[in-house]
Amino acid sequence: MTITVKFFSLIREAVETEQLTLELNDSSTTVEALKNELGLRGEAWNEALSHPNLIQAVNQRVVFKEEVIKDGDEVAFFPPMTGG
Amino acid sequence: MLVHVTDESIDPGRLATGFYSRHPDAAVATFAGFVRDFNDDGHVDSLYLECYVEMATRVLNDLGNAAQQRFGLRAWQIVHRYGEMETEDPIVFVATSADHRGEAFAACEFVMDTLKTDAPFWKREHSGDEGQWVTVKDVDKDRRERWSTEGLDQ
Repeated sequence: MTITVKFFSLIREAVETEQLTLELNDSSTTVEALKNELGLRGEAWNEALSHPNLIQAVNQRVVFKEEVIKDGDEVAFFPPMTGG
Repeated sequence: MLVHVTDESIDPGRLATGFYSRHPDAAVATFAGFVRDFNDDGHVDSLYLECYVEMATRVLNDLGNAAQQRFGLRAWQIVHRYGEMETEDPIVFVATSADHRGEAFAACEFVMDTLKTDAPFWKREHSGDEGQWVTVKDVDKDRRERWSTEGLDQ
């Protein structure tokens, strides 16, 4: 399956990446498994994606780490929001 | 347009006038937020506001609809800027209309308190050559939580 992964703010800076397109062998996975896989890319990735305040979204909705990701989904990682 | 997320400058006065003319209801409340020139550490020169545009549009739409249902609004509008801004530039505009001022005021406050912590925007303040990401303030979390603890989340 193919998914898009986006990074914002502090997380984007830490991993020096705005967006990835990933081809995964599995037909589905979880946000937690995706975080673990991305964490293997290096210490900066592991540290950024292990942050206790990290928020994750799938298809523009905030989800828990147990959320299942499917083909075509858009996943995003970011810190707590500070709009307004 | 109920929700508009844009990297172009916004004009709260013109937005308010437009809203009044389209929705001359009994009670109309508006709020405008501007880039402040100070933070806890001193002077702020400029602001970069990062945004996840697709998600912000969705969250603000959901928020406006929630406010409409919760407070019985006749109409509402939310406009939010992102990108590079100077101090005193308008960042956000919210308008709510209802049959009575209590609902209009409350809905406007509910929208602002909620969007600050729930809509995907991230502020980075610049002072001189230094820049730092703004962290969530306890007062903002408390104000957001207030709408839950008062049993008004629906």
